[in-house]
Amino acid sequence: MIPAPFDYVRPSTLNDAVTALREADEEGKVLAGGQSLMPLLRLRLAYPEVLIDVSGLPELRGVRDDGDSIVVGAMATHYEVMRDPLVQAHAPLLAAATSTVADPAVRHRGTFGGSLAHADPAGDLPAVVLTMDGLFVTSAREIPARDFFADYLTSALEPDEILLGVRLPKTYTGWGFHYEKFHRTAQAWAVVGVACLVRRTDGEIAHARIGLTNMGSTPVRAYAVETAVADGPASREAFQSAARDAPDGTNPPSDLHGSAEYRRHLAQVLTARALATAAGV
Amino acid sequence: MPHVSVDVDGVRYEDEVEARLLLTHYLRDRLGKVGTPIGCDTSNCGACTVLMDGLSVKSCSVLAVQADGHEITTVEGLGDGQDLHPMQRAFHEEHALQCGYCTPGMIMAALDLLRDNADPSDEEIRAGLEGNLCRCTGYQNIVRAVRRAADGMRQAERPEEARS
Ligand SMILES: Cc1cc2nc3c(=O)[nH]c(=O)nc-3n(C[C@H](O)[C@H](O)[C@H](O)COP(=O)(O)OP(=O)(O)OC[C@H]3O[C@@H](n4cnc5c(N)ncnc54)[C@H](O)[C@@H]3O)c2cc1C
Ligand code: FES
Ligand code: FES
Repeated sequence: MIPAPFDYVRPSTLNDAVTALREADEEGKVLAGGQSLMPLLRLRLAYPEVLIDVSGLPELRGVRDDGDSIVVGAMATHYEVMRDPLVQAHAPLLAAATSTVADPAVRHRGTFGGSLAHADPAGDLPAVVLTMDGLFVTSAREIPARDFFADYLTSALEPDEILLGVRLPKTYTGWGFHYEKFHRTAQAWAVVGVACLVRRTDGEIAHARIGLTNMGSTPVRAYAVETAVADGPASREAFQSAARDAPDGTNPPSDLHGSAEYRRHLAQVLTARALATAAGV
Repeated sequence: MPHVSVDVDGVRYEDEVEARLLLTHYLRDRLGKVGTPIGCDTSNCGACTVLMDGLSVKSCSVLAVQADGHEITTVEGLGDGQDLHPMQRAFHEEHALQCGYCTPGMIMAALDLLRDNADPSDEEIRAGLEGNLCRCTGYQNIVRAVRRAADGMRQAERPEEARS
């Protein structure tokens, strides 16, 4: 379908962009890569009065090194993030998860920031940023990852707030990593996904961090599993036993792609697999 | 109405467009380039794939105003009017289409894949065409065609390798 009419502006400064959003008085929408917004507009599920295209704002571009962290710009496309040398060195988990998003054409347009601001519980990147303790940098403030994802398709961003990028600490540089995604058809969203980071010392797991995709209305950490594997052996048996706790505290949806019960089962199986691959066993 | 200045298949166009005009509709309805079809409302099928500054995009998911200042290549810009592009020829030779609806998008996505990887395996071809759906062929001949085009295009670029 053809979208309902709207106005379009492409400001070249952050100030102008925020002003345009304020003037739109909650009837404006930020347009990044458009890969979530265009289908919504075409299906007439969204009726913004004005689209504010943020592709012209220099603050949102690229990936930069900033001492003990890297900052991934909101307008960095999935395609750029996957092949960025800083991301590969300090956040290979993000590169791996990004390469499972959608398909090549969508990855050429879709952006890192758009995926996060969209806050789809089935999106692959929110769990990664949560697992890495990312810090969201916006036009108004900084928001820790655990406070950013508020609810189903709802982030903590105010209507006049623009996401500039996310600061990812270099703490996890060199850790084992894996993103385990389960989906049934090509270019499909995750039924369940598991983001995993592990640090090994002498055959043991010193630390593990695990984030779950689509096990609730927001991404969640599998704290029970993290605790269960810490200071234990890096073995498949240990991982399988610890991963039984993966659904603890989750509230997965039941939908066309699977029941809540099925998702709880998947979370256990996929968490064990993710740990094994991340630990290299 | 916003003004756009966009290169399509090597020709510069200057136009006033409605903000809500999709790039596919601009190509088809304004420029008459009906070689790029529309197959869905959900950005899934890939029939509408074109290259934007050399990278594949789904033209139903880009606004014409977002193409302002960019270069677009559609399937109509591939052949030289006389001869088919090697990718088009390979689709013909390998019988990689039945109804042909998905073909322009398949061809553009396949060219994008070869830009990144001149010698893809069958598995890499399937992953590269992940965003393009075909309801007719079962994909086997499409994979064969892309492999054939890749072989031909590599040899055309490095004739000395072909001889050895
Ligand atoms: C066929 C298909 C398959 C897909 N499969 C997957 C998948 O498997 N996994 C996955 O994770 N994603 C998937 N996606 C979604 C894809 O990752 C999108 O790129 C992403 O969700 C949105 O990014 P965007 O840049 O296109 O954002 P847009 O569509 O432009 O915007 C999305 C939303 O975020 C807001 N927004 C965007 N940028 C900002 C900003 N800087 N500040 C404030 N608000 C902002 C917009 O206002 C809008 O509400 C798929 C999409 C398609 C079309
Ligand atoms: S028409 Fe289906 S993806 Fe564009
Ligand atoms: S040939 Fe008919 S859809 Fe592919």
